[in-house]
Amino acid sequence: MSLFFSKKGKSMFRKPKRKLYALIFVLPTFAAFVIGFIYPFIKGIYLSFFQFQIVNRTKFVGVQNYVKAFQDESFLHSFWFTVGFVIVSLVLINLIAFFVAYALTIGIRGSNVFRTVFFMPNLVGGIILGYIWHQIFDGILRNMDMPSLVTNSDMGFWGLIILMCWQQAGYMMIIYIAGFQNVPSDLYEASKIDGATKGQMLVKVTIPMMMPSITICSFLTLTNSFKLFDQNLALTGGAPLKDGIWTTRMMALNIYKTFYGEGRSAKGVGQAEGVIFFLIVVVISLLQLFLTRRKEVQA
Amino acid sequence: MKKTHIKRAAALAVAALMAGTALAGCGTSGTNSDTASGSTKAEASANKGDASKGKVYYLNFKPEQDKAWQELAKAYKDEKGVEVTVKTAAEGTYEQTLTSEMNKDNAPTLFQVNGPVGLAKWGEFCEDLTNSEIVGNLTSKDFALEQDGKTLGVAYVIETYGIIYNKTLLQKYCDSDFATVKSIDEINSFDKLKTVADEIQANKDALGVDGAFTSAGMDSSSDWRFKTHLANLPIYFEYKDDNVTDTDAIKGTYLDNYKNIFDLYITDSTCKPTELASKTGENAETEFKDGKAVFFQNGTWEYDALSKSLKDDEMGMLPIYIGAGDEAKQGLCTGTENYWCVNNSASDDDKAATLEFINWCVSSEAGTKAMAEKMNFTIPFKDAKESNNALVKIDTELTKAGKTPVSWNFTTMPSEEWKNGVGAALTQYAAGTGDWDAVKTAFVDGWKTEKAKAAE
Repeated sequence: MSLFFSKKGKSMFRKPKRKLYALIFVLPTFAAFVIGFIYPFIKGIYLSFFQFQIVNRTKFVGVQNYVKAFQDESFLHSFWFTVGFVIVSLVLINLIAFFVAYALTIGIRGSNVFRTVFFMPNLVGGIILGYIWHQIFDGILRNMDMPSLVTNSDMGFWGLIILMCWQQAGYMMIIYIAGFQNVPSDLYEASKIDGATKGQMLVKVTIPMMMPSITICSFLTLTNSFKLFDQNLALTGGAPLKDGIWTTRMMALNIYKTFYGEGRSAKGVGQAEGVIFFLIVVVISLLQLFLTRRKEVQA
Repeated sequence: MKKTHIKRAAALAVAALMAGTALAGCGTSGTNSDTASGSTKAEASANKGDASKGKVYYLNFKPEQDKAWQELAKAYKDEKGVEVTVKTAAEGTYEQTLTSEMNKDNAPTLFQVNGPVGLAKWGEFCEDLTNSEIVGNLTSKDFALEQDGKTLGVAYVIETYGIIYNKTLLQKYCDSDFATVKSIDEINSFDKLKTVADEIQANKDALGVDGAFTSAGMDSSSDWRFKTHLANLPIYFEYKDDNVTDTDAIKGTYLDNYKNIFDLYITDSTCKPTELASKTGENAETEFKDGKAVFFQNGTWEYDALSKSLKDDEMGMLPIYIGAGDEAKQGLCTGTENYWCVNNSASDDDKAATLEFINWCVSSEAGTKAMAEKMNFTIPFKDAKESNNALVKIDTELTKAGKTPVSWNFTTMPSEEWKNGVGAALTQYAAGTGDWDAVKTAFVDGWKTEKAKAAE
């Protein structure tokens, strides 16, 4: 990760002499990474070309699973639904986090208490949050004599957004606070002497200096939102259904449902959709890293 | 004639088993008692492995019976010395648990499928049970699950559902001035049921109830009562008309009747239809137990929970009338969606041990007693003991009185996705955000798409 995020990281390559024992320190993590990520990942790609029910009884079917995945309307719908969700949540979470962080670094009373309070939702698991918010939303809607969240896809969408903002904003806020504290105060002094207004200071000094934080936060919100599963499952479960398509089912949940669906080809198709999903997330997040990193400056 | 055949088979199987044990004792394993082969078919499969050396791993589907199974497994070990491991999948995750367990080296030797649809997926893992003892012990061939002429699954429990009612409250209604229907026995059609429910609803304060029916909750803990069990009725009557047992394309002939009964459930209810989306199974159960509702659509498995608050003679069960077919003759919905399958990739010893274990469960004194009294199961086997379940007894009486049980056709429903689709459409319909056409679409069009998927 540090290769992605830190400019200083680059200098590592210029030091050719590295102690061998460094490798030993890396080994446990590396082994865990291979066992927990690399191996299942390669096996997953391999399996996406097979029809199977359990992993050691497989039948080769070529690209048939991929063909079926692209013909699967629910998969395409979940893609666009997810994209919409990612865009809205990316913007909202970062805006909220940024301004909360800003408010909590200008020295108002009880900043530390607020920081803790805003961070707290992160400590609760996604499934629990989903169920709790489901109850909250339904309770409110019932009082307004309106039907449940799970019967209206627009409400389901905004419900998910509210839930995710509430949960993620606190975490991003911490990163932004660190960012704010890293902006050297002499820059502010210099700009003040030059007669900059508060707004100009924010746009010309703070935001450029905060770009590394913005890169990290947007990367995290982007990938988190793309891969969202627990909250989606617990809040709406994909309901309501319209014309045979689960309207609020995001990609991860849709793949899971495909995988455990009926028929002998279900698992293979689910696997192929997983591989496609992976490629989409990688391409989009690399693109985002490239775009935001270009804007990073050094003081 | 059949009985002697079974007895002979059992005797031979036991003999073979003892021979196997004796040989194992001498340390000359690998010698199979092939000498007995060819005498009867029944022991042929038991003969392949040595049951006393095998292990049984049962992946149980029913969480409410987990404790009883653990006890039975222990009793079996004490009696036979064979280890039986029982694991239970969390509610609603059987498919996922089964998938991951089957991938392991120590895969379940005994698992279950829910009928033909489940078998289409897991059939290649099922041992052919055609000539096994347990299949011979079934009371009827109907309880064997077949594919391509081979018996791959055995039903192990028969269940019944209908409209459970609170006898005290219903009698109170019948005795009231406003009652058109003056006796419980008169309720024998949808029209009568509707009259009764409407009148109870209109006079709920006089009767001290919140509604005629318990809340038809559409939360996942309760929606199966409507998307699966209630949906069985229009399917049953359509199959009957068309003289089929399964179809790739359902026509939805009786969907209007389905609408009528569902409308009745949600209007003559303890709560507003808009609140149903988040009502749970527990909500409905509590309402019924507290005497806040007269009718509760549920089944014999609910007896355990209900018997804690209601006495046996305070419970009754009515057929689910939807205004189709010959209603005077209609019985309760009786059938099964629980079939045992033996994993064919288990070792021969384990397979033999598993077959012997399940046969012991349904034929031995201890096994049948546990299934009848601890699990409250009615099992479709010759040696079955009568269950203590009062709701089961109602079914037996109705059948004796000449009513025709409604069979369980939801085992032919295309998939979980189909059920969920119907459930979601019903939820929206109840909430007023969707119309009945959406239910029809989910029912009819969804059937076709999901059946096509399952056939792939």
